[in-house]
Amino acid sequence: MRADLLIIKDWIDSGSRVLDLGCGDGSFMALLKKEKNIFDCGLDVDPDNIQKCLEAGVNVIEQDLDKGLPNFSDASFDTVLLTQTLQAVNRPDLLIEEMLRVGKNCIITFPNFAYWRYRYQLIGKGRMPVAKDIPYEWYDTPNIHFCTIQDFDALCAEHHFKVLNRRVVDDKHEHSSLINLWPNFFGINAIYQITR
Amino acid sequence: MPLNIPQDSVGIVKSNCIHFDEALTLRSGKVIKSYDLMIETYGELNADRSNAVLICHALSGDHHAAGYHDTGEEDEKPGWWDNCIGPGKAIDTRRFFVVCLNNLGGCAGSTGPKSINPATSKPFGPDFPIVTVRDWVNSQARLADRLEIKQWAAVIGGSLGGMQVLRWAISYPQRLRHAIVIAAAPKLSAQNIAFNEVARQSITSDPDFHQGRYYEHGTYPKRGLTLARMIGHITYLSEHALRGKFGKDSLKGANFGRDLRSGKLNFEFGVDFQVESYLQYKGESFSTNFDANTYLLITKTLDYFDPAVDFDGDLSQAFSEGSCKFLVISFSSDWRFPPERSREIVNTLLQAKRQVSYLEVESDGGHDSFLLNDPRYIKGLSAYLSVVADECEQAAGGSHAS
Repeated sequence: MRADLLIIKDWIDSGSRVLDLGCGDGSFMALLKKEKNIFDCGLDVDPDNIQKCLEAGVNVIEQDLDKGLPNFSDASFDTVLLTQTLQAVNRPDLLIEEMLRVGKNCIITFPNFAYWRYRYQLIGKGRMPVAKDIPYEWYDTPNIHFCTIQDFDALCAEHHFKVLNRRVVDDKHEHSSLINLWPNFFGINAIYQITR
Repeated sequence: MPLNIPQDSVGIVKSNCIHFDEALTLRSGKVIKSYDLMIETYGELNADRSNAVLICHALSGDHHAAGYHDTGEEDEKPGWWDNCIGPGKAIDTRRFFVVCLNNLGGCAGSTGPKSINPATSKPFGPDFPIVTVRDWVNSQARLADRLEIKQWAAVIGGSLGGMQVLRWAISYPQRLRHAIVIAAAPKLSAQNIAFNEVARQSITSDPDFHQGRYYEHGTYPKRGLTLARMIGHITYLSEHALRGKFGKDSLKGANFGRDLRSGKLNFEFGVDFQVESYLQYKGESFSTNFDANTYLLITKTLDYFDPAVDFDGDLSQAFSEGSCKFLVISFSSDWRFPPERSREIVNTLLQAKRQVSYLEVESDGGHDSFLLNDPRYIKGLSAYLSVVADECEQAAGGSHAS
């Protein structure tokens, strides 16, 4: 289980309705079903992922996030999840608006592009960063909208999204005093829970 | 039967005729006093009767869904969904008790227009009342009562069969745990109805139709039924599928499937292209095995299907009760009930806060894909049903009958 998901698990209420956007193989929904008895609904477009969801017995709908969530009604879910996918969608701002329409709260995780090693690769080496969490070259990456923690905070402020919870962690998804001191420099992954 | 029955076949199967004496009031208000339903079953019902699966057939299907009848013919074809029903197949007969029936109004042994009307001692013909999907599902519920099946593990159907599955979830929400709806629609479009009307007109305008009383004239509307099926058949296939079928002589169907039958144009009004003789063959062989009155009736059943009518047009209201889970599957090249129609079903279920999974399978096979062996479709269906079977076995105390 990805470490960011273990952190998120604690933010989700038992028995709640959870919509997982880009749900992957469904293992996180399966875990939430087992441990928190949630009502699960996942969206994905990858046939292999969808197959794995069916095998895991979780609900999965083949649907492209870039087309929004017009088929979901307002406040029909308690929590809408978007983990490590924000940077890959066409319009992250519009998708978050949609998520907050459909869900009472949203949990979003993304890689922090301002992490010092990425800064070093760009400034020191003059190359686009490639690392464990962002393994693609610039030409084949599905990640088209990288942002930093400060960028995300600015987006929340501009759009009046209220931050309920925030965790900034390293590549082992652990917290440290350095990250506490300067999250936008030492943090690799950001985990936000936001609402209106 | 064929010389060698494949290992993963249910083998030789026998049909059963079940008689019902309790009158069935139809949606039209008419009453069928008593009736027979032809059924086939495969696999074993478990001790707590929880592993039963109902298969609902489409327009031309019947109760013979899998295995072989012992006809003595070497080239006997198996049941219509044999690729999905059998030991180790998607609908695994080692784990499920599979029930399939010929619907009321059919022509494969269940009471229908061909049957003798006890009031006149003649075939019903056009006097057989029009039955709706709702009426079918009511008769299927009685069949479940007779088989002492309180709740189906799953009700499964493609096309018109999928509409029966939807109706099950509306009419008897407590009597199924899973609803599998394949290549279906929440109701027919004007274009769908238009094709059905052409099919009906071609049957009723055949001089041998005799207002539906052709049995008494010792004939049947062969030309009309052939034509109806030819039209229908075109709508079941995709353009790509037709190109592939009749473009074999050229490189990768580059001639748009225009293969000639005799290698040259004849400059007459007869058959020039292979697709023409293929369609005629398909239509004619269908017309000798199917009853024209049943064809008329079932096209009306399709046209009338609209479960939202009882809920002020809001189908999501129809699904407000019950807790069965849904699996909806569509095929990209299906232009009869295209993926957007299946997404309507999915969205309705989401509105009703129901549990639903949806697969949109990339496929060239057109509407008929639901009867074909597309690997992704079969794998997805198998995976879903495997979880359903696990649930049955866990509920039964882990007694796995392997």
